[in-house]
Amino acid sequence: MILQHVAPVVSNTLIAEGIFLLTVEAKDIARSVRPGQFVNVRSTDGSLPFLRRPFSVSNTRGDLIDLMFNVVGQGTRMMASRRIGDTLDVLGPLGKPFGFAGNFKTAIMVGGGLGVAPFPILTRQLEEEKKSLLTLLGARSAKHIVAKDLQNTQIATDDGSAGFHGTVVALLESSLQSKALADPKIFGCGPTPMLKALSEFAQRSGIECELSLEGDMACGVGLCQGCPVETSHGSRKYALVCVEGPTFNCHDIILR
Amino acid sequence: MIKESFTLRGVEFKNRVLVASGTFGYGNEVKELVDVNKLGGICTKSLSWKPRDGNPPRRIVETPSGMLNSIGLANVGVEYFIREKLPYLRTLDTVIIANIAASSIQEYCDVLSLLEQQEGIDGYEINVSCPNVKEGGLSFGTDCSKTREITARLRTLTAKPLIMKLTPNVTHISEFARAVEEAGADAISVINTVIGMAVDIYKKKPKLSTVTGGLSGPAIKPIALAKVYEAAQVVSLPIIGIGGIMTAEDALEFLLVGATAVQVGTANFIDPSAGVKVAEGMRSYAQRFGVSDLGQLVGAMESNKEFSVLQSWL
Repeated sequence: MILQHVAPVVSNTLIAEGIFLLTVEAKDIARSVRPGQFVNVRSTDGSLPFLRRPFSVSNTRGDLIDLMFNVVGQGTRMMASRRIGDTLDVLGPLGKPFGFAGNFKTAIMVGGGLGVAPFPILTRQLEEEKKSLLTLLGARSAKHIVAKDLQNTQIATDDGSAGFHGTVVALLESSLQSKALADPKIFGCGPTPMLKALSEFAQRSGIECELSLEGDMACGVGLCQGCPVETSHGSRKYALVCVEGPTFNCHDIILR
Repeated sequence: MIKESFTLRGVEFKNRVLVASGTFGYGNEVKELVDVNKLGGICTKSLSWKPRDGNPPRRIVETPSGMLNSIGLANVGVEYFIREKLPYLRTLDTVIIANIAASSIQEYCDVLSLLEQQEGIDGYEINVSCPNVKEGGLSFGTDCSKTREITARLRTLTAKPLIMKLTPNVTHISEFARAVEEAGADAISVINTVIGMAVDIYKKKPKLSTVTGGLSGPAIKPIALAKVYEAAQVVSLPIIGIGGIMTAEDALEFLLVGATAVQVGTANFIDPSAGVKVAEGMRSYAQRFGVSDLGQLVGAMESNKEFSVLQSWL
């Protein structure tokens, strides 16, 4: 059930370089959202910025939902300026959650940049399912790392200022080379080039892999047809990220 | 009691607000969020004979007070529509307008003929104005004689309302309005999107995969109003005003310049209940200003035509 909430802001905190964690009260969304789903947020009543912005739900606590965002443009600047008591128009929960199918024992979460966003809520669910957890995070530098509410975390940075010097996918490769994991499954989220590398690695290694994609979407609910991703098989050339994703099995899509 | 309804070739619309093709799917996507029975009508996503994949990403770019799209008529095809989508639409208590897009005159005829055999379609809107496909679309909509021919051919196939959706990407939309009126159309939808583009200065590439796309949203409302006004000067058939309508105030502007009804489009992406809210707002306006029938507002703008620049070439 999709819901529209005028959600009061409960807190809005700078948690890393340019990265905010915004918490709003949105009871019915908080109670029904599952890991990997997102909300579409309107940051103003006016027409600048004009469209809603999609954000993964990062975590929930009771009636509250956490949204993690990077300040990149006008919409996120306005979200960063929201104070306690202000409201945000939030539509959700949207999209298909991460799938837990398959007999995996170890969940490897691989996040690039803000791709870490859905991992806290995913971690909670995986813990409930009694899975072993490994979390690999890639960031530009030590200042950009967000590792709250995660388990068994390893870091990769582009500049080597923390952890492994290199990409998070390279960290994954080296990590699995040094220590094989029992029945692993990968959950990936991040920018498309990183997901593409991750998908290639997973397929090469024969590891099950679910990816959470970003899409340029207007509506988030399947009306605008604006967020296609290429499918690898079947009669349709494209699937919609908003309603058929944002999570996909890496075998089902082609990233470019 | 305020009269909100209007009639088009015997089909009664309960109010003057429809949702525009391509902005409301096939009606069932947002049924949890909006009472679609409070709309005057639903124009379906464009239907073609075969399913269409649509254009590669990127298809959507946000622009100041609007957005560019290049969807490329992605749709399920008319047969799938009839089998999987129409049964739900039949259960609704609102007017269902099937929007048809095609790459040949024959394809328009084939799709309409197949839909004619089905229960539950109240009328047709013909898209001769999509700016995002190479065949059909604008190559028809910017050619006045082709537009006239398509209208005339389809007129022979149906007794239901036939609405031609016109493009603003022509020099004089009034010529096209006249042509389709003469060819037997019951109404015109004015306007489809305005050709536009956006450039990524870092990649030095167009933001849309198809380079150009269709601009919609409040950014085009003044253009749409001028096009509706222009068409209204030369035809007597009803005009359905479209272009950047977000609020009842926007819709009322369209009525005053000559639109009988309006379609809410891009606003649905931000608020799927935008159309219902526009209809409610128009009712409030009528109550407040003692308008007993919203039809009284159609073309009711007072203007001194002597000073209208348009008149010189109409």
